[in-house]
Amino acid sequence: MIIKPTLNRYGDFGDSEGSAAAGKEINIEDKNAWPLWEVFLRSKQGLDHKHCGSLHAADAAMAIENARDVYTRRQEGISIWVVESKHIHASDPADASSLYDPANDKVYRHPTFYDIPDEVGHM
Amino acid sequence: MRWGICNLINTFNFFKVKELLYNYVIQLADSSLILAQQNGTWCGHGPILEQDIAITNITLDLLGQARNYYQYAADLRNELDNTDEHTEDSLAYLRGEREFRNLLLCEQPNGDWAQTIARQFFYSVYLELLYTDLSKSQDERLAGIAAKSLKEIHYHSTWCTDWMCRLGDGTAESKERLEKAIVELWPFTGEMFMPSNIEKKLVAESFLPEFDTMKKLWFQKVEAVFVEATLPMPDKDSFMQQGGKEGVHTEKMGFILAEMQYLQRVFPGAAW
Repeated sequence: MIIKPTLNRYGDFGDSEGSAAAGKEINIEDKNAWPLWEVFLRSKQGLDHKHCGSLHAADAAMAIENARDVYTRRQEGISIWVVESKHIHASDPADASSLYDPANDKVYRHPTFYDIPDEVGHM
Repeated sequence: MRWGICNLINTFNFFKVKELLYNYVIQLADSSLILAQQNGTWCGHGPILEQDIAITNITLDLLGQARNYYQYAADLRNELDNTDEHTEDSLAYLRGEREFRNLLLCEQPNGDWAQTIARQFFYSVYLELLYTDLSKSQDERLAGIAAKSLKEIHYHSTWCTDWMCRLGDGTAESKERLEKAIVELWPFTGEMFMPSNIEKKLVAESFLPEFDTMKKLWFQKVEAVFVEATLPMPDKDSFMQQGGKEGVHTEKMGFILAEMQYLQRVFPGAAW
């Protein structure tokens, strides 16, 4: 089964033209192509699943098996989440300045103006 | 080396059982080694990246199990011959075809992906049942190796089952390829349940489970998967090939060993 990479298939949301974030439909040329899945792993000491990579698989069960084979070989994690890439919506980098810059000069939003007594400990 | 055998009274019986155990353990080791050697040739040639890694992971698991068995067999052989010349490497690399005791199934060619999956499926379901029983064996070391390997085998069995269903209940081409593979491999699936003389003696000494029970469970599992994969079940009573356990192998065995043993034979004692 040969997957021919094309720009439209890879769901590069927010990173390229012709992506869903720009409002266009993903054009899957080959209906039998295996979709791309994003893999999230939680390590033994961790509390949250972190993104660690992506892979192709035909269905969710195969995606988890593949993730186990590819991404947990060296004991990287003990829990796997897989999500089809097309279900991930990302912000558009072009909007970065309007989305994130305004928070730069609003220092009053940070909880650092209180004197915490030592007895309270770490918060 | 600790032994869990406590029902033996005299030395002769003690060594007789060790001789039997050696011949049995070498069987387990050879089967997994030969299959690992075969599967290894998929490395870099898998149908897609993730499956390339999956099959090589499984191969490494099998090789690890084989190593455990070879180490045990070497210890047994050394004790029986009162020497220390046998090692896992000498057993793997310096024995000829007639001395190998692997199942004939393991030496069948890789073929296409469907044939590799079918071969792995038949073997993994068998190992899952065998190791479950062996992990309760009265021989401590054998039980230990089997128990450790069981976790890996569970994954192999699940992975193979999923692939049998995907290929069998997949496209017309995948179904055709898998059905062809099953027809090719079916005559080699009976050998697992045809006990050799050594195995019969070990069953009598309660070291091995009854073969009929294992055979029944194997058929149940295989049939269940075939139903889900919409595959026709072959005839249970058809003619089955055998001979591997006695060292009588198919013509492919020579080529497998030639490739595997070439380096050690040409440069004896070579090491990484």
